[in-house]
Amino acid sequence: MSERLAVRKTYKLFIGGAFPRSESGRSYVVTSAKGDFIANAARASRKDARDAVVAARKAFGRWSGATPYNRGQILYRIAEMLEGRRSEFADEFEGTVRRTRGKDGKDAAKRASDEVDAAIDRLVWYAGWSDKIAAVHGSANPIAGPYFNFSQPEPAGVVAVLGPTSLLGLISTVAPVVVTGNTCVVVCERAPLAAITLAEVLAVSDLPGGVVNILTGHLAELAPWLASHMDVNGIDLTGADERLAAECEVAAAGNLKRVLRPGQDDWSADPGVGRMTAFLETKTVWHPIGV
Amino acid sequence: MTDALFEYAPAPESRDLVDIRSSYGLFIGGEWVDSLGDERGKSINPATEEVLAEIAYAGQPDVDRAVDAARKAYDSVWSRMPGSERAKYLFRIARVIQERARELAVLESIDNGKPIRESRDIDLPLVAAHFFYYAGWADKLGYAGFGPEPRPLGVAAQVIPWNFPLLMLAWKIAPALACGNTVVLKPAETTPLTALLFAEICRQADLPPGVVNIVTGAGGTGQALVTHPGVDKVAFTGSTEVGRLIARGVAGTRKRLTLELGGKAANIVFEDAPIDQAVEGIVNGIFFNQGHVCCAGSRLLVQESVEAELLAALKRRLGTLRLGDPLDKNTDIGAINSSAQLEKIRSLSAEGEAEGAARWSPPCVLPDRGFWFPPTLFTGVSQSHRIAREEIFGPVLSVLTFRTPAEAVEKANNTPYGLSAGVWTEKGSRILWMAARLRAGVVWANTFNRFDPASPFGGYKESGYGREGGRHGLEAYLEV
Repeated sequence: MSERLAVRKTYKLFIGGAFPRSESGRSYVVTSAKGDFIANAARASRKDARDAVVAARKAFGRWSGATPYNRGQILYRIAEMLEGRRSEFADEFEGTVRRTRGKDGKDAAKRASDEVDAAIDRLVWYAGWSDKIAAVHGSANPIAGPYFNFSQPEPAGVVAVLGPTSLLGLISTVAPVVVTGNTCVVVCERAPLAAITLAEVLAVSDLPGGVVNILTGHLAELAPWLASHMDVNGIDLTGADERLAAECEVAAAGNLKRVLRPGQDDWSADPGVGRMTAFLETKTVWHPIGV
Repeated sequence: MTDALFEYAPAPESRDLVDIRSSYGLFIGGEWVDSLGDERGKSINPATEEVLAEIAYAGQPDVDRAVDAARKAYDSVWSRMPGSERAKYLFRIARVIQERARELAVLESIDNGKPIRESRDIDLPLVAAHFFYYAGWADKLGYAGFGPEPRPLGVAAQVIPWNFPLLMLAWKIAPALACGNTVVLKPAETTPLTALLFAEICRQADLPPGVVNIVTGAGGTGQALVTHPGVDKVAFTGSTEVGRLIARGVAGTRKRLTLELGGKAANIVFEDAPIDQAVEGIVNGIFFNQGHVCCAGSRLLVQESVEAELLAALKRRLGTLRLGDPLDKNTDIGAINSSAQLEKIRSLSAEGEAEGAARWSPPCVLPDRGFWFPPTLFTGVSQSHRIAREEIFGPVLSVLTFRTPAEAVEKANNTPYGLSAGVWTEKGSRILWMAARLRAGVVWANTFNRFDPASPFGGYKESGYGREGGRHGLEAYLEV
């Protein structure tokens, strides 16, 4: 009896809660570290990026208007769903890395499962921030006058995320953007399988469609369109190299996007609040006091 | 003025309080130095067109010197000084400003054209308060929520506008110094005199040389400053157009940037609003400082049911505004800051008429010399009109109407700007409902154009990023 032939998965884009192929009909090959074929990933076009921004904008009102408690519940739900699919992520991750032991003595399987565990824990960490960031970042301001004056953080709007190359990096960039009420368009070039499998998790986690949109494709092709898009309010350049990041920052000045420049990110370190505050506005209200 | 209730005798503030030199150099490293170049300009009194002083337009070599002086002061003195000592310098500066407040107010009104009532009662008290406020932070930064020992950034390049020359200087310099940075500040070319007097105040306070450097000049000087490789931080207040250029200029560098740019604020009046109070607020919203205010309430959104009543009351009130000599204590509306700005206001107002809006001004005699524009309002304005979309930066109000709160929100947010907004209603729950939906950095309820050093200020969207004032204002000057 011959071995059963596996049913392969088609990796598509994730826009507005649906899984379309690229409107361009293009794809690119994803290989293992050894160069073996793994899958064809959809190669998103400018049009796909624009569609994703429309979906993100459409989702912004409801998501930013949801209670922080509700957003925290949903992010925690994503972590639960990820936990249930640990092995799938670990297999995918393992498939794309070298099967040799790393300097830390861990084999590929161990590294893969550690990576997925860290990603899940990171998500749980951010989920808890939803109803705390305003307490830490907002204030009642002691002004000289008969007003109750308070400042509170609000989401900037639609944020483009040039995603890093790992599941942990992806979670570490997307979670801080959406936990505060932003919606986003993520471009992922070098870890497309993890990104799209993550999308499948998001689709079953009560996350409203359009809050997170994921495009696989070429960063250098898509990023400049998002950086210059007039209905995008912020851009996280983490996944861009120095030249692309500078090019995108220039384009982002067109509508004065909030820009998070790429840095030396150590995804295993304490993330701090910087990735959240980068895409938060501060609103100050003067409310009259009187009888 | 027609049907004047009162006859006013002139009540001019004395000019003898100020001593303006015929010519100024640059303030670098604690000394007055001549510019290495020979480009110079003139600062004039916009109310009389009289030349007040000649100022240097600093070139690249001057900016190099200023940045070097700031770096040296940062490395050798200011960044090493305990916060408690920095605090005492800032308290000293605040005190000297209070001691010389009248002199500074008169000089501000002469150079800028704003009424002495405003420079004396609003600008100067806020300037002193801002230094007092941030002085207190200098030795408490570890409690500000940016880590136990937040570090300063280094040398800050600061470029400020002409509408609130000394107040914008305070907003820039006070938090920068409190956090341990040193600064090179460029005042606007039409209003450099109070910044140059501030340099003298730094000397009176014995501030270590190089901690504050003032370079005068126009756009070229500003560009040389913000693109200087020796600068760690750029802070700019001014037009959105220039803000974009600066954002492009610092792209790809490690310089930190905060921008406080233009606005087209909606001032929203509901039918239950206290109408007389709202009229005062509308006047203060758009005619304060001749409308040269980035957060000015330049779009009046009035609920249809009270439009007629409100407009009648507003027009009556505008008829009592006194326009004229900025140094007269009775004056409500002073001079437009420059001929270029006057031209911009005239051209956009003409455009308003051409696009079909109805223009109205109270009877108002304009002085023969100087730059003047009467308080003006446009009715029948639609959202597509340029006077409803573009920042006029003058005493020109565009009136639009709405029926429901949702429509008010929709119209208020229909702008690329997002600096401020006003809401007038007696209903507290509606204030908060509106405030939550307005995409603007500052929302005033039953008031407008109020400022306080403890209150963070700054915009959403194309009104810029970063906050000035309050604990939030520290973030712009700390390594976070």
